[in-house]
Amino acid sequence: MNTKKTLWVVVALLIVLAIVGNACSCGAPATTAAPTATQAPATAVATAASPSTEPTQAPEAELPNCGTDPIVMNGYFETGFETITKLTEEFTRQYPNVTWDLKYDQFTNLINETPRLLAGDNPPDLIRLPTFVSFAKQGLLMNLDDYATAFGWNDWPVPLQFARMDADGIRGSGTLYATGLNYQLTGVFYNKELAAQIGMTEPPATLAEFDDLLAKAKDAGLLPIMQWGSAKSGMGLAFPLQQLMADYGPTGPINDWIFQKPGATIDTPSNLLAAQHLERWLQNGYFPPDINAIEYTDAATRFGGGEGVFTFNGDWQNKGYNDAMPGNVGFFVMPPLEAGGQPAAMSGPLTYGVAADAKNADCAAFFFNWIGTNETARQINVDIGGSNPGGPAGLPMPTVPEGSVTQDTLAGGPMVGSNAMDFIANATSSIFAQGWTPELQKMVGGKQDAAGLLKAVQAEYLRELAE
Amino acid sequence: MPVPPRSYGENHKMTSDNRPVATALSRRTFLRRMFRRETILGWLFVMPALAMYAVFVLVPAVLSLRYSFFRWNGIGDMRWVGLQNYLTVLEVPDLLGTIFNAFRLVIFFSFIPVSLGLVVASIIHRVATGKFGSISRTVIFLPQVIPLVAAGIIWCWLLALPGLVNQILRSIGLGAYAIAWLGDFDWALPAVGLIGIWVMLGFCCVVLLTAIANVDPSLYESARIDGASWFAEFFNITIPMLRHEIGVLLTVTVIAALAAFDIIYVSTAGGPGNSTSVPGVQIYILAFTEQRIGLASALSVMLMVLVLIVVIPIQRLSREEAS
Repeated sequence: MNTKKTLWVVVALLIVLAIVGNACSCGAPATTAAPTATQAPATAVATAASPSTEPTQAPEAELPNCGTDPIVMNGYFETGFETITKLTEEFTRQYPNVTWDLKYDQFTNLINETPRLLAGDNPPDLIRLPTFVSFAKQGLLMNLDDYATAFGWNDWPVPLQFARMDADGIRGSGTLYATGLNYQLTGVFYNKELAAQIGMTEPPATLAEFDDLLAKAKDAGLLPIMQWGSAKSGMGLAFPLQQLMADYGPTGPINDWIFQKPGATIDTPSNLLAAQHLERWLQNGYFPPDINAIEYTDAATRFGGGEGVFTFNGDWQNKGYNDAMPGNVGFFVMPPLEAGGQPAAMSGPLTYGVAADAKNADCAAFFFNWIGTNETARQINVDIGGSNPGGPAGLPMPTVPEGSVTQDTLAGGPMVGSNAMDFIANATSSIFAQGWTPELQKMVGGKQDAAGLLKAVQAEYLRELAE
Repeated sequence: MPVPPRSYGENHKMTSDNRPVATALSRRTFLRRMFRRETILGWLFVMPALAMYAVFVLVPAVLSLRYSFFRWNGIGDMRWVGLQNYLTVLEVPDLLGTIFNAFRLVIFFSFIPVSLGLVVASIIHRVATGKFGSISRTVIFLPQVIPLVAAGIIWCWLLALPGLVNQILRSIGLGAYAIAWLGDFDWALPAVGLIGIWVMLGFCCVVLLTAIANVDPSLYESARIDGASWFAEFFNITIPMLRHEIGVLLTVTVIAALAAFDIIYVSTAGGPGNSTSVPGVQIYILAFTEQRIGLASALSVMLMVLVLIVVIPIQRLSREEAS
């Protein structure tokens, strides 16, 4: 046999071995995680006393804490969110035995890297989790129920159902897998000077009034709404679309769809009306013509530079807008369809979780609790994060400068109340990248209509769930 | 009694005394050569590179092939699905569309830079000698030393609506044509292609300039004595003498086009609406965002086969022509 033939035979053998090797032994090497979730050890004492698979009841005497021995907390956070960094610095100041090994990554990289980090040799004690369902199903996240019981998180006014998942993988109830940094709120920011130019003296009370203001802005030669839409940062039109969905219909079915409840669909008659409304806004030229090429940071900078009367965004951007246009930025929650209706908003905490095999889970839980209860931490949350700090009922709200946009966003929270929604981009790990973003971009380019948008996204959703 | 002939298979040649003819080498000669000092030394020299190649190229390639027959999220259990992942790639229009986009990119990443490179190299060789020639070569090659991610980000700024390209258009009275090039359905792919041309042109030019320098100068001299124009020189001397290099460049650039990732991911991330999505970007999203390792592997294998289908004929053609 000549060398060439030998080589081909070796390659062919390798390939056949590779394919057949595991074809028969389906259920091949599960590399790391067991499919069941790891139950959080409620305290160091409790951990030693009972095996980690059994739920443990926290002794009332000693709550989970960071102890007194030196601890290096392993954290993995999202780039651009300063609040968590400032909180870790303050925490170390108050608890000097705790230091931090922090790593940061962009939102999309974060989603991509999370499963490998959680399953790796050095799993994070604290990790920012944009979505958590698939990781929880894979047993990579710690069950935080015992911590919630020990610290009394279940009694806090900010509901934790956003981070719960039941045995069927449906969000909204069941085991707690994450907790929140603060309680963020989305809505409409406006440039006060430009709003005054179009005669806006107070925030619109209905969608029709808002429509009227947008038309006036267009007529005045102003850009009515600054928004981003590049695939690189995800399509920002998902914000106004979801707000319109909540205007035309109840928020419950939207949350059901996000939480993956059986039979839930985004392709409903009321959502079609919302998508058609957004389509009209696009056709009327209310958004920048280059929206498909605008990234999140560009849109924030351009709005801060005076381009656009309104923009849909969340209170995490308060500090950025305030710094760019001190005293010139206002905020209102999306007005309801009819006067007197209950406003709705995408609203929820920035989700953080603990790896199933985290070394310092007790300290992580103590840190979460400290964020919501410590006076300085709450002040940092409001000053830098711009959001309601959550925590137990009855604690005083941190002080906010008079006339700042944070004052508006904090006032908006109670208006929304229980009519809060999670974000439609969080329904599955890639519904934003593979569904909403390309389909909304097509709508901008006139290559997709409202009905087609909802059908395409629903088809993508079902395809991903079938996996 | 005559001994019946022993069967060695139909194609095996026999000697007159009914013994099989030795194949290329007898076993003894083969073994002697195998254990010659030079051979062992040769293998020792090759071994580090071969080991790296095996660990980082061959093993991952074979593993990808294996994964493509499974449904796997990269962490949990694997489930054998046969050819289902390949069928999914063919059935889902957005996945199949990425392959068509990759072929459209070949025009920008391969044909235009090689053609333009030929022209530029030929002009530099003819008119720009000495210092000017060196400066031209350096300027044209410069994009090659800039990291593609940085180049992609800079081009995003240039091609944005308020960017330099549109500012130039407005300054010369063509403001009506100013658009967000990377956000437009019709122009996003050509705009990304323009970045590809900018990157690839320098590489093509330098390779071709080196090759032209190796062409026997007497050919050009005799052509010029005969009064040949630049065009005549270009078509009758330069192109025929550079066929082998053109073949190499086409191979390299076609692979770069079909396997493109960095420039696309940084400039458009596949948008708007998948209009610039290529297999490289989809493989990344499928594998790392969607955790569908099997489907991503199937698309990778299909991409590899596609690259081979395109590149092997180019290689054959350039070799035949060169010989």
